[in-house]
Amino acid sequence: MKKYNGFLLCGGILTAAMLLFILLGCFWTPYDTTAMDPNAMEQSPSWQHLMGTDKFGRDILSRVMEGAASSLFIALCVVAIGCFFGLIIGALCGYYGGIADAILTRVCDSITAFPSFLLALVIISVAGPGTYNIIFALGILFIPSFARIVRTEYVTCRDLNYIQSARLMGAGDLRIMVAHILPNTLTVLLSALTIGFNNAILSEASMSFLGLGVQPPTPSLGYMLNESRSSINSTPWYMLFVGATIVLLVLGFSLLGEGLQRQAQED
Amino acid sequence: MDKPILEIKNLSSFYERRAGGIFGEKERVQILHDISFSILPGETLALVGESGSGKTTLCKAILGMLKDYTGQVIHRSQRPQMVFQDPFSSLNPAHTIGWILEEPLRLQGKLSKQERKAAVVEMLEQVGLGADYVNRKPDELSGGQRQRVAIAAAVITRPALVIADEPVSALDVTIQAQILELLRSMQRRYGLSYLFISHDLNVVYELCDRVLVMRDGRIVEQGDVQRIYANPQHEYTKQLLKAAQ
Repeated sequence: MKKYNGFLLCGGILTAAMLLFILLGCFWTPYDTTAMDPNAMEQSPSWQHLMGTDKFGRDILSRVMEGAASSLFIALCVVAIGCFFGLIIGALCGYYGGIADAILTRVCDSITAFPSFLLALVIISVAGPGTYNIIFALGILFIPSFARIVRTEYVTCRDLNYIQSARLMGAGDLRIMVAHILPNTLTVLLSALTIGFNNAILSEASMSFLGLGVQPPTPSLGYMLNESRSSINSTPWYMLFVGATIVLLVLGFSLLGEGLQRQAQED
Repeated sequence: MDKPILEIKNLSSFYERRAGGIFGEKERVQILHDISFSILPGETLALVGESGSGKTTLCKAILGMLKDYTGQVIHRSQRPQMVFQDPFSSLNPAHTIGWILEEPLRLQGKLSKQERKAAVVEMLEQVGLGADYVNRKPDELSGGQRQRVAIAAAVITRPALVIADEPVSALDVTIQAQILELLRSMQRRYGLSYLFISHDLNVVYELCDRVLVMRDGRIVEQGDVQRIYANPQHEYTKQLLKAAQ
């Protein structure tokens, strides 16, 4: 009898809805995201503009759809970079150990010891703002957290009896790392992915909020949040809708991550 | 007479440790002292001794995992396989039983995919589990069933020598008897030799042909099971036998 997993269900539905919403925004938005309409400035939500318009008369729903898409794209790339290199570094360090492991672990520790935001600011100030630079900066910062998780798994696994028998049967190091140990890290990796994904969305939003991420006129959730600050009195729903989108995205993935973790524990 | 499949001549092994913290002087400690013995084809040799007597180190030497040693380890067969004491860490939890049993054959690279699948099913039946175990995961199995799978995985490549490190001491007494019987039937079928490590002298008496008694890295007595049990020479062997009764 399978236990009912509310986290997984809610998270799954919420995430699926958000992804559908964003996917739709990639192909179709109600209005052109950059078209300004002087006749429809600062309108409150209506049937024409479900989320109202901003002070330039741009449709907020369209901009939220596209902004969420670019946030999602950046978060995906960041997590992909962090996970890919984290996996390689963590696996090699954990499996072989030794001096290289000690050095790389210290490097990862020192990266984590810095406030990550500060470090991202440094990289951006050297490389300049922009979509790809922010992916690069955040991607590097996300490597240590994945590397550490993967390394721990490899360290615990490498001396277990089933790995020893694999070695006796003549399995090479690469085969042991990929075919024997990697499948054992997947559950941990999966929840790390969802957590990392949330952090990536929030970090991207904060960077764009400060004007260091996606450059206008391309919409981005963080940048729009910043924009909405100036018109909080005249168009309070602007901030509300943008903020709610970020919250729903993060919430969906948090619930999904929690649900996956519980599912894994039960299995 | 058959040639021994494994011969160990004058094996001594050492390890380095630092006395007195990380800045202390390095010290070379001897673990095994001048060990010589051999294992004949189809024979079961018991290795008996308390923990810390060097049994594990001797195992590592046979498996080629020691770095600092003198003497000779001569194999006259392909690599030996191993059955571990703890059946819960000897099977990879991320894979199915089918995958686990097929892996040694895959690594050997002699059989085609169909032949491997067939060999896995055949082996499962020989160890008393059915073909429907192929898709099960290790955590669905009991300790005894896991140990059957572990034995199947060790034997499936038809090695000449299997090292069994206390293979039944983690199991219930009733299951112990079944696993010992399985080990015996595998030996009859494939002409295996076992190096059977144990501290349970009753089990040793039941299963083994010859006994090596180890203490502090030395072999203190070796000989036929009957002879040693009837007429132990060394004081330590007498103590062990007394403790087992």
